[in-house]
Parts: sequence; C-alpha cells; structure tokens
Amino acid sequence: MEPIKTLHSRTAVLPATNIDTDQIIPARFLTTTTREGLGRNLFADWRYDAQGTPRPDFVLNRPEAQGCRVLVAGRNLGCGSSREHAPWALLDYGFRAVISTEIADIFRSNSLKNGLLPVVVDESTNRWLIEHPGAEVTIDLDSAMLTLPTGARVQFPIEAFSRYCLLNGIDELGFLLGRMGEIEAYERRV
Amino acid sequence: MPRAPQTMFEKVWDRHLVTAETADTPAVLYVDLHLIHEVTSPQAFAVLRERGLPVRRTDLTLATMDHSTPTRTEQVFGGAPISIDSAAKQVRELETNCAAFGVELLGLRSAQRGIVHIIGPESGITQPGKTIVCGDSHTSTHGAVGALAFGIGTTEVGHVLATQCLLQRQARTFSINVSGRLRAGVTAKDLILAIIGKIGVGGGTGHVIEYRGETIRALDMDERMTVCNMSIEAGARAGMIAPDETTYAYLSGRQRAPKGADWEHALERWKQLPSDAGARFDKEIDIDATTLEPMITYGTNPGMVIPISGAIPVKKGDVVFEKALAYMGLEAGAAIKDQLVNVVFLGSCTNARLSDLRSAANLLRGHKVAKGVQMLVVPGSQQVKKEAEAEGLHTVFIEAGAEWRESGCSMCLGMNGDLVPKGQYSVSTSNRNFEGRQGVGARTLLASPLTAAACAVRGRVTDPRELMNG
Repeated sequence: MEPIKTLHSRTAVLPATNIDTDQIIPARFLTTTTREGLGRNLFADWRYDAQGTPRPDFVLNRPEAQGCRVLVAGRNLGCGSSREHAPWALLDYGFRAVISTEIADIFRSNSLKNGLLPVVVDESTNRWLIEHPGAEVTIDLDSAMLTLPTGARVQFPIEAFSRYCLLNGIDELGFLLGRMGEIEAYERRV
Repeated sequence: MPRAPQTMFEKVWDRHLVTAETADTPAVLYVDLHLIHEVTSPQAFAVLRERGLPVRRTDLTLATMDHSTPTRTEQVFGGAPISIDSAAKQVRELETNCAAFGVELLGLRSAQRGIVHIIGPESGITQPGKTIVCGDSHTSTHGAVGALAFGIGTTEVGHVLATQCLLQRQARTFSINVSGRLRAGVTAKDLILAIIGKIGVGGGTGHVIEYRGETIRALDMDERMTVCNMSIEAGARAGMIAPDETTYAYLSGRQRAPKGADWEHALERWKQLPSDAGARFDKEIDIDATTLEPMITYGTNPGMVIPISGAIPVKKGDVVFEKALAYMGLEAGAAIKDQLVNVVFLGSCTNARLSDLRSAANLLRGHKVAKGVQMLVVPGSQQVKKEAEAEGLHTVFIEAGAEWRESGCSMCLGMNGDLVPKGQYSVSTSNRNFEGRQGVGARTLLASPLTAAACAVRGRVTDPRELMNG
C-alpha cells in the first residue's frame, strides 16, 4: 500500500443520509473474484439509466465532479453489507477519502485497510461541505486535520494504529504475523 | 479485591485477548470459528497465495456457498449449468481454494449446505462464548447463543485465514431490555423491526448489543437468531443473548456440538457467560413488547418501519425521505394496509429456519397465493428443507401456488438469478429494503413470515391476524 500523508482535492457531494453499501456497489457486481475494475460500477443504479447511459443529473456525472478525490456524504455512510467491494469501488473510481458525520463500522474498517480515509466531522462542518460542493479541502493525516477553503481547521478522529499504518504504507497483516509468538502462547494457554 | 461486574461481551472479549489494546495498538483478538463463503473470500485467498502463507487453523475454518448459488433444483443437482457465468466461476474458485488450502467445504451438493448463518447454529458449531467471524454482516446472527459474532471485510478474512486473529478496538456495550409478552401474530421479526425503528439504522454504531429481559428469555432459538441477525441493521456489528436452558436444549446432540464429558465441561463454562448483576452498559433502553403490532417497512432502509395498521409518516421538506418514498412509489400519510403486492419472498438468514416456514405454512394452509402474485419459498439450509419436507410443509406451499426451492440467499440480494422485477412490490422476510437490493428498481417491504404469508394470500399488504385461525 502507498503511504498517505496529505490529500488536497475538490469535493463531490452526495447529501443523502444512510448511503448503504448496496448503493455504493450493487450485489450483482460482487460475482467477481478480483478487486480490480469495480469503479465503473460505483453507484451504478444512481449513475446509469436502464440502458447503461450516464444520468446527466447524477453528481458524479457532472463535469465539475471529474477528478474529485474526496466524497462528502450525509450521516451513516456505508451502512449495511460488509462487502469490501465498496471501498474497492470508491478507490478504483479515484476517491481517496470520504467525509460524513457518521461512518458505519465495517465500512470504516474496510476503508482504513485499503487506504481510503474515513473522515468523521461534526454536523456544522458537514453541513458547510454539503452546501459547498467542489470546495477545495486539504486532509492532513499526520495531524488528523481537515482544512476548509475558509481556513477553518477541523480535527477528525482516527484510530492511532490505522493512522500509523497508512502514513507508513504498512499493511496490518505484517503486524499480525509478527505477533505469532503471542498467538502460539495464547493457543497453549486455552 | 473482587472483580468488577462484567457484561457478557466483556467476558468473551477478555477471554480471547492474545494481546490487550494500548493507546497505540488495537487488541489482537483470537477467533474460534471462521466461516467463509464464495463472495468475500477469493481476494483473501489470493493474498495468501501472493505471500506463500497457509491457512493457519483449518480446523477452525468452515466454508460453504450461499450468496451467488442458484436455488433452482436443476442447477444445483440436475447438471444444468449455473445461469450466471461469473457466479459459476465464483463457486468453482471456492472449491479450488478450499481443496488447495485444506479447508472443509460444505459444497453445492452437500446435504449440510445452506446459508452460512443458518448452518452454523444448526450444525452445533456455533457455541456460547466463542468468537465467530465471517465476511458477511449478518454474522451477528450467531450471537443468539451467546457468542461474540460479527461481520468482517475481505482483508480481515485474509488476516484470520493467515493468523486466526483480528486487530480490534473494544466496542461499547448497549443493553436493550425487552419486557412483556408479544401478542398473538406479533413475532421476533416484528420486535427487531420495532427496535430498529426506535433506535434508528445508526443507533447501534460502535456498540455490541445485548438483548435482555423476560421477552427475550421467552423466545426460542430460531426467534433469538432473527433478533440478533438484524443487529447490523441498527448499525451494531454484533448482538448477543445470554445462553440459558433454551440454548443448551437447542445445542445438545447437534452434530458439531461437544459430546459426553466435553459437553459437561462446556456447559460449566457457558453458565459463567451471562452478564454479572450490576454490570454497566454504555447505553441502555427499555422496550415494552406488549404494545407491539406486526411491523412492515415502507421505505429504503429498515428503520423506515411502521405498525401494519399505521400510516406512512409525513416529513415535509425532508429530501432524503421524499426520495425514498418516490423510489417506493408510496405516498406520505397513506395507509400501508392494502398496498398492492407482486412478489412474496419467504427466506434469508433472517427468517428461513424451520419455525419460520412452519408459521407461514400454518397461515397458508387451505389458502391460495393470490392471482398475479409470485411467492418464492427458499429454506435456509438443505437440512431445513429436508425437515420441512418431512412435515409436509412443501406440499402446503406448492398447493397454495408458491415455488419451493433449494437453499441459499436467493432473493434477499440480487446476485444469484432470483430477482424482483423493476418497479414491483415485494413483501420479503429478509433484512434489507435498500434500493435495488432485490433487483434493480425492486421495491421491498420487510415483514415477518406470518405477515408475508398473509400478503401472499390477499395480494395486498395484510395484517396476518385477519387470517389466523382461532
């Protein structure tokens, strides 16, 4: 995994609350055995009509949303299914961070393990972001700080170990494998 | 000094700590049972291959296939090809991976195959006090026996395959205390839908729920599984119910449950599990079961739920709410009763155990599925199917005009060929009414097996109590 330090991007905004992982990547695209190529079906049922033509009114199909690497959404983003295909699809599309007032547990965990930054902010910050699509934001992982174009700086919570792994491009499996002595000791103990 | 009173979750957590969490590192948590299936495992096996790692504890790993498998008998047993090529490939890949890594697989034609969350308890491998994980959010189901069971992503599936451990931060605890008796026609499904309606689809985020109280104690194991199953629909990764005599009677004699002296030892351990008197929960609510009615959803998440006699709420100016109703083709303020129904799905890890099929069959007996309604009955496992057939339940369904299928996730999620057509209304005993969950443009109303059967008979949303005998 590539280390992540700072991310600077305009935002794309989906104001809906409770965006579930079935919307992020519908189940019919899960009959895959790899993690590549899911981006073209990201938000498929919102993004395309029945003929597969992009709906011009959908946020991600608008010209101003092209190249945005930060997705802002309403409360409880990523609820529902544990499918890791959701962060894989967001990353494959080009997103590197998601911002919401609340991010569902499994989706947040899956995101952190793939280098998609889950940024949880307070209500008023999120409201400002939703009202200002395309805002240029900076996310600094080391200081866990989101900076808005107004200059406002918002600290966001991020689990210490996940941050360390993301900053250094370390994957967690390596860490777990390094604990094999303790794991074997546990197995002898129980 | 006496130990501080602990919750059941804290006891199970503490007993599985390989290393405790610190400010800088999460806990290393040992996993007693890892269930895997065809959809969320291929990329994890790929990581093992890339790194040249074996599956560390094949004896604690069990695989089956359920999500993308067909339910038509000719495709399961008759030699007909699986109609979706990519699904067929996924099934083959799980077979190959399990053979290569030495993992026991209950494969497509196994008599022990079924939905992963049905076969765990049914086989007795799901046991109190175990840590159980699976790459599926409805792993919370297994908490019904007093296990700590939760869904994980595919990266974590790889971690568990390679190390039998997960990196985890300790969750907060949430007590949901339910008192009073459920009225006739009101089921465990209605109870959990009412709970989700009350606390919301994010109400349990960051928490492990323990369902407590006399109403929960009075539920049988199938009903407890229905309740724990939908914990994730309230945002909680896990739901737990303390083991008791009901649990022990259920597990005793099951194929993979402990036997003889092992059973006695296990029982001693299990009896230590319930939360201590005075244990403190981070959050607590009380629910009065006596006032509950059959519940049904009207929107696009499980928290958008009302009593079946109720009206759809009016939330003027709430864009998200209005978008959900537009998708559903329903009007704010309208009654849900008598809403047209096109499809009825009886199945899923929420409600496809034997007692679910029995309750629907009892209501259907002597009735016909309304003209123009498609009813699909999909048992949760091949074992449930066999037991239902021994009781003649399949005859009740078939004579009423329903289809009787092989086990699997089926119409709960549109990835195996069982789909609700665009724009149609489906009353479903499954767990998610998200947009497109049952097929592109499908409109899902979640309800109990009893309510689903009543809706099938009338072809309209119907209070099952109107059709219940006596």
